Amino acid sequence: MLDDFLTRAALAGVGLSVATGPLGAFVVWRRMAYFGDATAHAAILGVALALAADLPVTIGTLSVALAMALAVAWLSGRGWAADTILGVLAHSALAFGLCAVSFLPGVRTDLSAWLFGDILAVSTADLAAIWGGAAVVAGLIAWRWQALLTCTLSEDLAQASGLNPGRERLVLTVALALVVAAAIKVVGALLIAAMLIVPAAAARSLARNPEGMALAASALGAASALGGLALSLRLDTPAGPSIILCAAAAFALAAGLRGFWR
Amino acid sequence: MFRLQGGRRMTAAAAPLIAAQDLTVRFGATTALAGVSLSIHPAEIVTVVGPNGSGKSTLLRALLGIVPAAGGQVARAPGLRLGYVPQKLAIDPTLPLTVDRFLSLPRRQPAAARAAALVRVGLADLGGRQMAALSGGQMQRVLLARALLDRPQILVLDEPTQGLDQPGEAAFYRLIEDLRRTTGCAVLMVSHDLHVVMAASDRVVCLNGHVCCQGTPSVVSAAPEYRALFGLGTQGALALYRHVHDHDHGGPAAPVAHGHAHDHDHPHPAAGG
Repeated sequence: MLDDFLTRAALAGVGLSVATGPLGAFVVWRRMAYFGDATAHAAILGVALALAADLPVTIGTLSVALAMALAVAWLSGRGWAADTILGVLAHSALAFGLCAVSFLPGVRTDLSAWLFGDILAVSTADLAAIWGGAAVVAGLIAWRWQALLTCTLSEDLAQASGLNPGRERLVLTVALALVVAAAIKVVGALLIAAMLIVPAAAARSLARNPEGMALAASALGAASALGGLALSLRLDTPAGPSIILCAAAAFALAAGLRGFWR
Repeated sequence: MFRLQGGRRMTAAAAPLIAAQDLTVRFGATTALAGVSLSIHPAEIVTVVGPNGSGKSTLLRALLGIVPAAGGQVARAPGLRLGYVPQKLAIDPTLPLTVDRFLSLPRRQPAAARAAALVRVGLADLGGRQMAALSGGQMQRVLLARALLDRPQILVLDEPTQGLDQPGEAAFYRLIEDLRRTTGCAVLMVSHDLHVVMAASDRVVCLNGHVCCQGTPSVVSAAPEYRALFGLGTQGALALYRHVHDHDHGGPAAPVAHGHAHDHDHPHPAAGG
């Protein structure tokens, strides 16, 4: 019989993968890896603000992540190189968040839980938030799938077909903020981007179509979450990094298989 | 196969599919297009030529609504179905995409329609190929097939033969003319292959930030504004076009200008200028 906390941890990891698979595929296709990092790092500041204001942490991470994503989107349209803007914002958001947290003595002690996740401490309420957020993200992406894919391929082609690339970008920005808020408890602010990118990159070698890649990314993400939990249980390693370790192993395996088949 | 000048004039009486009136486009402080008026009527092939940076692509993009007009206006026929073939499509290597899947963007298309479109552009059996594995010529045809799936009233092509060799170019333009004949769609394209342009167009618009001159190929190639931009050597372009179109040249390696008995009396200066 599985301990209850382990069941909840497994369900949290699998639930998160439902969203990170398809969203991660877009992050890879559109080269938004750094953008994901900036948004995720800002969540630490959200944690600090929420605890200081005595608000639910999810509200804090969600609003600060959303503000960060919108700020990056707005600034990169203003003549700054996107790479530079993201480099400045991603790291200053993290530094700002860490300093803000230091004013809250209670949080200071379990800072590593926010940075690297604490999947084994996921409560039933956390689980509801994770599955709720993941379902909204997966639904949003499924609903806009054709348009998102066309805009990713070519904004000119999309516009000539009457689509609005700006609107689709906003869909991804909102989805990213939701995933960050849902994932911070599972893998932590530092590894959210890894949870998006690594399974999707591994899935690339296995897929012939965008849909196949998104589904494979979800499956690999879920498998990594379960594998990471098992690893953590057996070797007493931190759970969040163990999950990413499994995803990285899947990536290496998939890349190796691809080389072998060719 | 000489085309009678003005042979398409009857269709010009119909309402235009797209009409630009005094169109001006600016990028920051730079004026890319100033006071361009242009209309495209059903079933005519209109080609925009001009030197680099003359605003050819910008004109297409403004007509498509991709770049906003700073002045003037663009009017489209109500419910216009438009097929756009971009200059090129860079596929990120991380995106797996078969030709078949690509044809279903942005609207899902039935399998039979996708297969028929591929046959139409001469790429039957290529549906399962990855987009990234296509040659330049195949890619252009796939882009064209996708544009055809919406049964367009007008096809808009931005330098569709860039990167193709001359036989490939000639074959592509033959396909365009053939599509126009069988589907009755209008064609608006940008090109700088002057000789093929002159061959394949009903009307040529010479652009250099503004419309320098426009008219039938022979009128434009004789216009002083056109010669000022492209030099006198282009007179031969018309001749080259005409025999490119008179007959097929057999293999792709067959040289265009020699070894054939042409019934023309034009000189053969190097095309372009």
